[in-house]
Amino acid sequence: MDMIKLIIDKKPVEVEKGTTILQAADKIGIKIPTLCYLNLGGFNIENKPGGCRVCVVEVEGRRNLAPACATDCTEGMVVNTHSIRVLNARKTVVQLILSDHPFDCLVCAKSGNCELQDLAHKLGIREIPFQGEQSTYRKDTSPSIIRDVDKCIMCRRCEVMCNEVQTVGVLSAINRGFQAVVAPAFEMNLDHSVCTYCGQCVNVCPTGALTEVDHTNQLINDLADPEKVVIVQTAPAVRAALGEEFGMKPGTLVTGKMASALRELGFDYIFDTDFAADLTIMEEGTELLDRLTTYLNGDKTVKLPILTSCCPAWVKFFEHQFPEMKEIPSTARSPQQMFGAIAKTYFAQKINVDRKKLVVVSIMPCVAKKYECSRDEFKVDGNPDVDYSVSTRELASLIKRANIDFMALPDSGFDSPMGESSGAAVIFGTTGGVIEAAVRTAYELHTGKPLPKLDFEELRGLEGMRSATIDFDGLPINIGIAHGLGNARKLLNEIKEGKSHFHAIEIMACPGGCIGGGGQPYIHGDTSILQARQKAIYNEDAGKTLRKSHENPDIIRLYEEFLGKPLSHKSHELLHTHYFDRKKEVFID
Amino acid sequence: MSSIKIKLKDKDVEQIKEICGSFNNQAGELINVLHKVQGVFGYLPAEVQEVVASELNVSVAKVYGVVTFYSFFTMIPKGRNPVSICTGTACYVRGAEKVLEEFKKELGIGVGQSTPDGKFSLTCLRCVGACGLAPVVMVGEKTYGRVSPDGVKDILKEYED
Repeated sequence: MDMIKLIIDKKPVEVEKGTTILQAADKIGIKIPTLCYLNLGGFNIENKPGGCRVCVVEVEGRRNLAPACATDCTEGMVVNTHSIRVLNARKTVVQLILSDHPFDCLVCAKSGNCELQDLAHKLGIREIPFQGEQSTYRKDTSPSIIRDVDKCIMCRRCEVMCNEVQTVGVLSAINRGFQAVVAPAFEMNLDHSVCTYCGQCVNVCPTGALTEVDHTNQLINDLADPEKVVIVQTAPAVRAALGEEFGMKPGTLVTGKMASALRELGFDYIFDTDFAADLTIMEEGTELLDRLTTYLNGDKTVKLPILTSCCPAWVKFFEHQFPEMKEIPSTARSPQQMFGAIAKTYFAQKINVDRKKLVVVSIMPCVAKKYECSRDEFKVDGNPDVDYSVSTRELASLIKRANIDFMALPDSGFDSPMGESSGAAVIFGTTGGVIEAAVRTAYELHTGKPLPKLDFEELRGLEGMRSATIDFDGLPINIGIAHGLGNARKLLNEIKEGKSHFHAIEIMACPGGCIGGGGQPYIHGDTSILQARQKAIYNEDAGKTLRKSHENPDIIRLYEEFLGKPLSHKSHELLHTHYFDRKKEVFID
Repeated sequence: MSSIKIKLKDKDVEQIKEICGSFNNQAGELINVLHKVQGVFGYLPAEVQEVVASELNVSVAKVYGVVTFYSFFTMIPKGRNPVSICTGTACYVRGAEKVLEEFKKELGIGVGQSTPDGKFSLTCLRCVGACGLAPVVMVGEKTYGRVSPDGVKDILKEYED
């Protein structure tokens, strides 16, 4: 490997050929400010259009300033990252960006989390000397995501996520010059496009140009309404990330504090989506075994591999992109929707309240869940099973608004009968978790023997695509895992071409799975946070005595009292769904 | 950008596919493909862009991005009688701007637009090499020299059905 010696801010540094000035500086602890640049280490995601010019540095012997993110180091280079010329140039660059940016920081959804705001503060900007026309564009509101393009700084990060990582291809820069914006094809609204609402664009947007639809005010009103019984369910990945919003170390589990905070907020019943995750495993695991045994008994019309169906962005992805394969995914609804369906039937009967008076709210690491609960097939006479979904970020905002001292809260538990869950349900929050949970149950149901070991290390990790063969007592089961829709696409293409050897595949739309969901606290490019969240989730599982879905006593009771058995008529009615061909649904305004 | 909804005939789709094929369906040839396709159809309606996108395996948003970036590409069909006004230096100093304004007024459309009946479209161009006749206007292949705002009506009259 060719090595290069250079000097940055009077410090010598040696780097491999092909290293940028930005990376070389980082190596010796010099953080050059950036704006459009984004590097999600470990996920092979990099955006360096060299467009914003915030990272400019002075290179001796070079006439103009160099963008550090897009300039390779050369032998003997002498770099100054904070000369007067550099500082002035950076300031001017940000002032020029701000001259075409709305001044509504005080009421902007991104305030406090905005990288442009941070930069303006860091560079000591107190005035914007440039006055002129500001670009204006209509606001685009979809069920999950709001596009406010006036706040777009054309960093193109969302384009990289949408096109290269997720391969969804909704967002692209269009027009030129002052008119340039990032928009879907033909400037259609997001809800007319093939957008999956995965929210990865929201996660990487440095400003408030892309944000989630906010349901907090509706929630406050419902909580205050004495006529309404408000039920909350919390997804597994939320408890591994919520603490970050209160300054806790990434990877701190706050399950108990979260339950207490929800109680303080005034919810009538604090339940757990994990309960429904166990239910999902009962249905999906049984479906897997069903399909598998029928196939092994010689019926080759059975569709294999079976694909998981918990992730609403993934569901919308295949409905648009692979509608011809819509019979392959499991028909099991997601845990969010299973929870809603059971809450508004089984539980409504138990407490003798009409479903119209029940408000089921979900706390999700996701923005696609907002869209999912609005889908027509999850409504009964127009009344949705889950009324609306709020993100981890929105919950944190609510807790702060209600003046609850989160750190001082005692731990408390979930209510019964939809609060008990297994460790298998907890790991739904990370890539590989759903399939591991399914294996734990399917193995025992199939073999009739207890599993010798519950931890399937071979299914864990953060690589984009993974595979393993699990021995079901002499029957080898091939399992595939993909997270990030670009990786999912690769597996789907293999299936389409008849090359797939998998029996079951788990797919999550977001890199990392739900821990990296579009509704989680912003990580600002620090992927070690995702690793910490993942670790926390596996720790919560390991710490539980109940670690298999089919051993959850509340689930056993639910089947005894209400559903009968997995894949029963009632289960099909309440817990399963069907998919739509959305290829022709996209339309031009 | 507004767009006109059309339904592509099977043979149109085949033709687009053929053009894409002649560039080996390479995503990197997008601009060349669009150039050829516009040569055939006269413009690039959304439906055409969708076929190009699927053939080259790029997103429709990306195709639309390229179409809207380059002023050469248009999503609006040219009129049966495309009116082009030269706004090159010589024509400009001899009053092309006033002539253009008159055309806009008479046709009720702006530059880059077509009349709703599809009869006329209006564009500007730079120098047709007839500076001695400035200001110059072209309608289709026919050239008009020394055009004054007063003469605009007469020119348009020639194209009455």
